[in-house]
Amino acid sequence: MTAFLAIIGRDLRLGVRVGGEALTLVLFFVMVGVIAPFAIGPESATLARLGPGLVWIAAFLSMLLGLDRLFRLDDEDGSLILFRHAALPFEAIVAAKVIAHWLLTALPLIVASPLLAILLEMDLRAWGLTVASLLLGTPGLVALGTIGAAVTVSLRRGGLIAPVLILPLSIPLLIFGATAASGAEAGIERSALLFVTAISLVALVVAPFAAALALRMGED
Amino acid sequence: MTVDFAAKKPGWFSRLANPGQFLAWTAPFVWPLVALTALLFAVGLYLALIASPPDYQMGQTVRIMYIHVPNAWLSEFIYAVMAVASLGTLVWRHPLADVAAKAAAPLGATFTGLALISGSLWGRPTWGTYWQWDGRMTSTLILFLIYLGIVALWRAFDDPGRAGRVIAVFTLIGALDIPVVKYSVDWWNTLHQPASISLMGDEHMPPSMLIPLLVMTFAFTLLFVTLHLVRMRTEIGRRRLTTLERQAAARLAG
Repeated sequence: MTAFLAIIGRDLRLGVRVGGEALTLVLFFVMVGVIAPFAIGPESATLARLGPGLVWIAAFLSMLLGLDRLFRLDDEDGSLILFRHAALPFEAIVAAKVIAHWLLTALPLIVASPLLAILLEMDLRAWGLTVASLLLGTPGLVALGTIGAAVTVSLRRGGLIAPVLILPLSIPLLIFGATAASGAEAGIERSALLFVTAISLVALVVAPFAAALALRMGED
Repeated sequence: MTVDFAAKKPGWFSRLANPGQFLAWTAPFVWPLVALTALLFAVGLYLALIASPPDYQMGQTVRIMYIHVPNAWLSEFIYAVMAVASLGTLVWRHPLADVAAKAAAPLGATFTGLALISGSLWGRPTWGTYWQWDGRMTSTLILFLIYLGIVALWRAFDDPGRAGRVIAVFTLIGALDIPVVKYSVDWWNTLHQPASISLMGDEHMPPSMLIPLLVMTFAFTLLFVTLHLVRMRTEIGRRRLTTLERQAAARLAG
């Protein structure tokens, strides 16, 4: 358990100290919200109706963009080989990295979501539902993304392939997440939230094993 | 202490699946398969385009069905072929399973693309639109995107052995995820569009239309089998060529 927590701590420290990519992702997330009114017009009724969906698209794209850093640095400096032969099972290490990656890339987006809610003229209920659906859905996105990152880590130019691979697979999360966030019909958000939670939980269980397998298979 | 130097004699399956043996024993099958496919297409197209009656509602446009349904069936069948091949790669580490998975991916993308194109050409006269966000169409589109992702992944790796193993993991994850995608798209669609247009159920199809459909399905499946076999043979040849080139280069350098 100590080793597990140590890996989370190490990834968090690396993420905060090196490169500042977490902040750039938040900036990208907010910018998608900023450019949306230019594209669809500034009428508050339209914005309020499209708001939750736009927040989900912005989060979806930001998460996909951040995937590449999950294993890339560890692969380059050789830590991945050390992890592979550590006392802790490799799957547990991947799970720790999933948690750290969620804390680094998804949590800042959720913290920044009030800003988007104001820009897109969402009311308090819509914002609350969006935050709830993001809290429940982003772990699943990170889990699926981990598989994509693990598959493409041995590619020198894998940056664009992981998002292309993972995007179709994560459409269910987008469907249920955005439905829950929009709260279009009374009562529908609850069942949609349950679906999001279910998919996230299954993805979180499968991803460490699948990603660890892909990383092992990708070794020389 | 004695050491047994005699290697275990490989079973019949290992011998059939050895890449060199595979090239040898499949060679006589290629041209008969091509001929049989052509014959089935001739019979199927005659039955579908000339001998079968027009539909009482859709008229002549129903003939698109004889192209569309086989392609749609292949779009799912080929993914199953890839998933089984991936299992073979991961469990038995067999190079021929890699070759089978690699050869199937672009074919799957092509047939799925054809299913989408023929479907939208059929949708235009019958539904009045090329594209509808109908559950089945949407999930076929997503399947098409997954195929394209896998093809892009195959092209990105330079080492075929590593590519085969890694892509096998991804293909199997995709196989797990595709049913989830399908059901969530259906759910999403019924949410937004309750009155979905349903095609005629198979139980209403008269034999005069069912038989051409079955022949065409069989013809398209055989077309896939033929193309897959040829692509597998080409891929084995390509890998051998790479090895020979490397050996030649090493000899020059040494």
